[in-house]
Amino acid sequence: MLNNDIRKDFPILDQEVNGHPLVYLDSAATSQKPRQVIEAIANYYQNDNANVHRGVHTLGNRATEGYEGARETVRKFLNASSTEEIVFTRGTTTALNLIAQSYGRANISEGDEILITYMEHHSNIIPWQQLAKATGAVLKYIDLEEDGTLSLEKVSDAMTDQTKIVSMMYVSNVLGTMNPIKQITEIAHAHSAIMVVDAAQAAPHLKLDVQDLDCDFLAFSGHKLCGPTGIGALYGKKALLNEMEPIEFGGEMIDFVGLYDSSWKELPWKFEGGTPIIAGAIGMAAAIDYIESIGLGTIEKHEHELVAYAMEQMKTVEGLEIYGPRDSSKRAGIVTFNLEGVHPHDLATVLDMNGVAVRAGHHCCQPLMKWLDVSATARASFYLYNTKEDVDRLVEGLRMAKEYFQ
Amino acid sequence: MGNEKLDQLYRSVIMDHYKTPRNKGVLESSNVTIDMNNPTCGDVIHLTLQVEDDIVKDAKFEGEGCSISMASASMMTQLIKGKNTEDAVTAAHAFSDMMLGKDIDDSMDFGDIEALTGVAKFPARIKCATLPWKAMEKGIASDSE
Ligand SMILES: Cc1ncc(COP(=O)(O)O)c(C=O)c1O
Repeated sequence: MLNNDIRKDFPILDQEVNGHPLVYLDSAATSQKPRQVIEAIANYYQNDNANVHRGVHTLGNRATEGYEGARETVRKFLNASSTEEIVFTRGTTTALNLIAQSYGRANISEGDEILITYMEHHSNIIPWQQLAKATGAVLKYIDLEEDGTLSLEKVSDAMTDQTKIVSMMYVSNVLGTMNPIKQITEIAHAHSAIMVVDAAQAAPHLKLDVQDLDCDFLAFSGHKLCGPTGIGALYGKKALLNEMEPIEFGGEMIDFVGLYDSSWKELPWKFEGGTPIIAGAIGMAAAIDYIESIGLGTIEKHEHELVAYAMEQMKTVEGLEIYGPRDSSKRAGIVTFNLEGVHPHDLATVLDMNGVAVRAGHHCCQPLMKWLDVSATARASFYLYNTKEDVDRLVEGLRMAKEYFQ
Repeated sequence: MGNEKLDQLYRSVIMDHYKTPRNKGVLESSNVTIDMNNPTCGDVIHLTLQVEDDIVKDAKFEGEGCSISMASASMMTQLIKGKNTEDAVTAAHAFSDMMLGKDIDDSMDFGDIEALTGVAKFPARIKCATLPWKAMEKGIASDSE
């Protein structure tokens, strides 16, 4: 387990909520930010703020160095071979939409198949629905195993010669399951399909290596890995990005502008129209530096221990049902559950009154809720700053809710 | 652990309506049917009304949701039965005001429903309480078209 001293890096955790010390168990929605990130952003605004890639003045240079330095940090974080393959976006959602609108519109036609799973987040469903509607392509879902995991057999069975895109989350934000992305990428490539990875829940917890995975695109968000909101990144293989058209046009992304025609900058800037998210990129780079200084392996291990402990303790609460694999080693730091006789909203309110923050609802996964045959669930998600005491407080709150609603 | 604040939300009347809902089910004789959901949390309500000569003769609801939304549905159906549609809509507006923490007209005889005033202090739960009322308003509007 990580030392409790980590908590000192997160000023927000040091407060009372409804008269109780805060226990934050909603990091899968967004993580808290360490002082190192808050200070990097403040420092940028206090000392270096200027627009990037233009002007010759010193601040402009510093801002550009900060922004492009952040791109190099992301490149190393993903082990991409070049910064040309790293496009800054507003987050995972924007990155997935960019792929669907740019790559999709140019390469998908009637009768082609796009393959996703029932566990996807809405942001990895709707862009493909829209693409399918616009092109006449067919959107297909890979079925899950009973425990919510994905089997390679079902993936293989779902592939056809028409499959052009396979898009999938790496780690489920509801079930906590980790999908075998490397093997699935091999299967996709064997059918000449491209592989898109939604790494929103993976990037905060697992060491990613896009060259080893060999995926074609990968997206993640800064705010889930201790960074600020409003920034994320899209990784794409250079050969694919080169062929793709931008979807946003304006300043920053152009080479020459004529009266009736223009040309684009080289990679990656052709996809970054307008003044970019400079402070966001710098903040996200500080966040990556922060989690890497602790070690993604260490973070992953810490979460595994917490999740194992949480599942063990939660099982002692009568009437509590946990969704997804029973085996905690198959999970990232996420436990989604329902407590018999207490609707998840009521549960979340009772927990909040005890200072414990959890999420209740469909978690942007309505198709998965339907698959699980529930209308809503409660979710506790853990990150590097959570402790076994946090789990104890959760379990205490669950017992109290049970009693209150008896 | 103090439950005082929770007790302000979950008054015993609310828990009673949640555990033994009134007017639960589907009206065979309905001429107005409304389905509504709360997209942020997945609560759903299926409301059936029998409206004749601008009078709500009968009302029933089915649904899935938290104690607040289901108790609110139970109380709402109880209130509007026998009321004319105009008064039912006025009540829906007064209920919205109540959820915003505004004082409501004394002439509005809300009875049990006043137990839901505590919801105003829980902003995340206001939409739970208003869902059945929004459904009713929509249903009456569709009937008068
Ligand atoms: C698995 C998954 N994919 C995508 C997203 C969307 O991320 P963002 O809202 O940062 O674009 C989320 C976050 O809620 C997620 O959990």
